Amino acid sequence: MSEASAILAIAHRDFIKLLRDRARIISSFAFPLIFIGVLGSSLQSGFGNGGGPNLLVFVFTGVLGMTIWQSTAQGIISLIADREQDFSQEIFVSPISRYSIIVGKILGESLVALPQAAGILAFAVILRIPLSLEQLARMIPALLVVAVFGGAFGVIVLANLGSQRAAQQIFPFILLPQYFLAGLFNPIGNLPLPLDILSKISPLRYAVDLTRDAYYSTTGERVQLFDAATNLAIMVAMFVLFMVVGTFLFVRAERNR
Amino acid sequence: MIRVEDLVKRYKKAETNAVDGISFQVKAGEFFVLLGPNGAGKTTTISILTTTLSPTSGGATIDGSDIVREASAVRRKVGIIFQRPSLDQNLTAEENVRFHAVLYGIFPYSPTYGLMARGYRAKVEELARLLGIARDIHKPIRTFSGGMRRKLEIMRSLLHDPKVLFLDEPTAGLDVPTRRTLWEHLSEVRRTSGTTIFLTTHYLEEAEEADRICIIDKGKVVSFGTPDEIKRDLVEDYVLVDASDRSALRDELARLGHTTSGGAPFKVQLDGHTVHSILRSIETPLSVVKTHTPTLEDAYLEIVGRSE
Repeated sequence: MSEASAILAIAHRDFIKLLRDRARIISSFAFPLIFIGVLGSSLQSGFGNGGGPNLLVFVFTGVLGMTIWQSTAQGIISLIADREQDFSQEIFVSPISRYSIIVGKILGESLVALPQAAGILAFAVILRIPLSLEQLARMIPALLVVAVFGGAFGVIVLANLGSQRAAQQIFPFILLPQYFLAGLFNPIGNLPLPLDILSKISPLRYAVDLTRDAYYSTTGERVQLFDAATNLAIMVAMFVLFMVVGTFLFVRAERNR
Repeated sequence: MIRVEDLVKRYKKAETNAVDGISFQVKAGEFFVLLGPNGAGKTTTISILTTTLSPTSGGATIDGSDIVREASAVRRKVGIIFQRPSLDQNLTAEENVRFHAVLYGIFPYSPTYGLMARGYRAKVEELARLLGIARDIHKPIRTFSGGMRRKLEIMRSLLHDPKVLFLDEPTAGLDVPTRRTLWEHLSEVRRTSGTTIFLTTHYLEEAEEADRICIIDKGKVVSFGTPDEIKRDLVEDYVLVDASDRSALRDELARLGHTTSGGAPFKVQLDGHTVHSILRSIETPLSVVKTHTPTLEDAYLEIVGRSE
């Protein structure tokens, strides 16, 4: 009971902190809007008339999945910096279990990701990207799954990084390749074998593909690579692996500094 | 209440021990000060005692609970004021208090103040009244002064009735008047709650009211005891004398029964005598007389100075 309360409190704190931090809200929208508005629009106007899918929509669905996934992942990784700052110090010395801290933090960061999803969807409407209610109804649960999955990825990265410095230096290297391996802006259906293997072990690929599946399953176009069930099965397997190994390593590293 | 035995901590990739085999005990209700220069191992010791860091070897118990095997029980029994402020700037004072109360399982979680348990609201009102912030309790922390934040942290840390309250250099970065009011606040807390207080500081004057002091430097205990005992231990009062006829002086000092140490010039310990009476008793013509009667502060500064 008190552990559940503590998890809710940790999650709630993350959410309030976001709502009261205007600079963070604005900056969290900046990248997705640039990707979709500038990159997506220019790709479509330049290459988009060859009979393939609309590139603006393609980039929009990819960036939406990526943003939510990355937002939770980064939120979890910020635990490294946080543990010596503000209220997070209190969280780490409180009697609640380390596992509850991780669960509360994933829940909180997922909540933080949702207003971002809403903002990107609103932007899509402004860009006149077709978006039906049915598509929305399919995308919202998919994005929730993506958010929680991003959290698990954050945990495994967190467990393997010793310091904030390491996190800042290494994180771009494990993130940026995934942008391309997951096919945010580029097709990945016919990759040469080495890249195909890398693509298939990129967690972001499944987050993006699930988001695309939710959007395209009603349009008749076939842009997604796997169906939802396959994506979900792979994500569940990765989630369990990341959580079990990540939490174990994190809890151990936390005290053995 | 606290029993520390041969505690050692060596950080990964470090070549020396941050804490190097320290042992001491703290009795229930005591005001205990861990004193030492920066880098002496104070924060490391507190981190180990509050279970956020594992010791390399040795161990400790708090109120009978082992800090490694019963970490969760230990966390329940201690309150901590960190060196760095542990309040969220964007949250209100009440929200900071609420999350603490929930984390320690004192009250179940509710998303708003109005929905929290009646007992909790009564406690917050009382707390706000004691701190004189009844009107500001729902304002963000960043509108509070540094001293007020510290006081709020102390009040918050006492919510779960800890057996031991750890304070890690709580006055660092505060100006002198704020430091003083914080100090009065802490004495008040001690009087009313009877909580054992474990404080670290590098300011000697903050240790003077302690029941017992443990001075550490470079991870080792340098001195331990009441402020008076520490004073006797650390402060060496002596008069340094020398004469052209050194052997005559040595014989005479021995005959008079004065404790001397080393060769010439001779250090004559005062041992309760005055400098005047010692000098008057010596017949051998003296060529050098130097008195050495440092304060506790001088003695402490010598320790600090050595490490820098």
